[in-house]
Amino acid sequence: MKKTLKKLFALIAIVSLSAFTNIGEGNGYKIGDIATDFSLENIDGNMVSLADFKDAKGFIVVFTCNTCPYAVAYEDRIEALNKKYASQGYPVIAIMPNNTDVKPGDNMEAMKVRAKEKGFTFPYLMDKGQKIYPQYGATKTPHIYILEKTKKGNEVKYIGGIDDNYKDASLVKTKYVEDAVDALIDGKEIKQKETRAIGCSIKV
Amino acid sequence: MKKLVLLLIVLSFSCKNDVSKKKEIIAVVDTSEVVKDLEIYDYDGLKPFLNKEDNKTYVINFWATWCAPCVKELPYFEQLNKNFKDKNVEVVLVSLDFPRHYEKKLKPFIIKHNLQSRVIAFDDPDQNKWIPAINKDWSGAIPATIIYNSEERKFYERSFDYEELENELLTILK
Repeated sequence: MKKTLKKLFALIAIVSLSAFTNIGEGNGYKIGDIATDFSLENIDGNMVSLADFKDAKGFIVVFTCNTCPYAVAYEDRIEALNKKYASQGYPVIAIMPNNTDVKPGDNMEAMKVRAKEKGFTFPYLMDKGQKIYPQYGATKTPHIYILEKTKKGNEVKYIGGIDDNYKDASLVKTKYVEDAVDALIDGKEIKQKETRAIGCSIKV
Repeated sequence: MKKLVLLLIVLSFSCKNDVSKKKEIIAVVDTSEVVKDLEIYDYDGLKPFLNKEDNKTYVINFWATWCAPCVKELPYFEQLNKNFKDKNVEVVLVSLDFPRHYEKKLKPFIIKHNLQSRVIAFDDPDQNKWIPAINKDWSGAIPATIIYNSEERKFYERSFDYEELENELLTILK
């Protein structure tokens, strides 16, 4: 009896979890919302929070993973964003949101290997327990949130894709994330605050 | 191909008395022909598939061979296509596989799984243009599905099992 109950609870948990993730974009942050901070494990074993970055003016939060072809297509460009903007006060914070039971290729060991191979210079964090990505409203990898530090907290300034060509970085016409961060640095209005990009649904 | 035609003729004769069976056999899609002339479109080419105004109901599924939940639900779309063919329903499977994977991944997949629904490859890197144009609520995650006819249109950014999928179709077929 106990076993059956346990199974039932597990089933309910799974069903309610999948129901939750099916809701889509409507529930996450909108432009102007204050984003939650977190404490997530980095590939070096340390816990990382946004609050740790005392000198940052904001953040480029990237939900990404090892296994999604779109995320892989953007790895080098994510690294380039960190190289360009960390020194200007906008570091990249990458968060891996997938359930690693479903996607073992995204587990902590695999994240470490990938980060080493690619020479990632940004934190690559595990959303263990998958509590953070639903608050942001991320639905896929890669999915970018640009935050700006304000008195109220980390305000969401941009949501969407990195640029307008996942296939070929050399054919990109508009670099959405760079344009947005440049605007923030210059104290200007961001022209495109939201864009869409294809990605792999986050695995629950 | 010649052999197939011959086979069809033989089969259709041998099933003379079984009308439904005969129909089914004739409708079989030769996947080797599909991959030989794989249909590839950019958004301008895809658009007509999403906006047909005939008497049919269309089920458009956005998928890719690398997308595990897409591959999982693909048999349900195939089943739906089979079960509702004579009810004026057509399933179109729109693959978002990268062009460099057409030969090694997409085409072998179509043959291996003997996909009977129409498969088209969609290749257009300017996603910020076409994702909101296809549906304003689409965040860009796949699988995603559109069910529409000349009277109604529904969009789903989610996975289905067969029963859910059929139920959704029935709400539009009425």
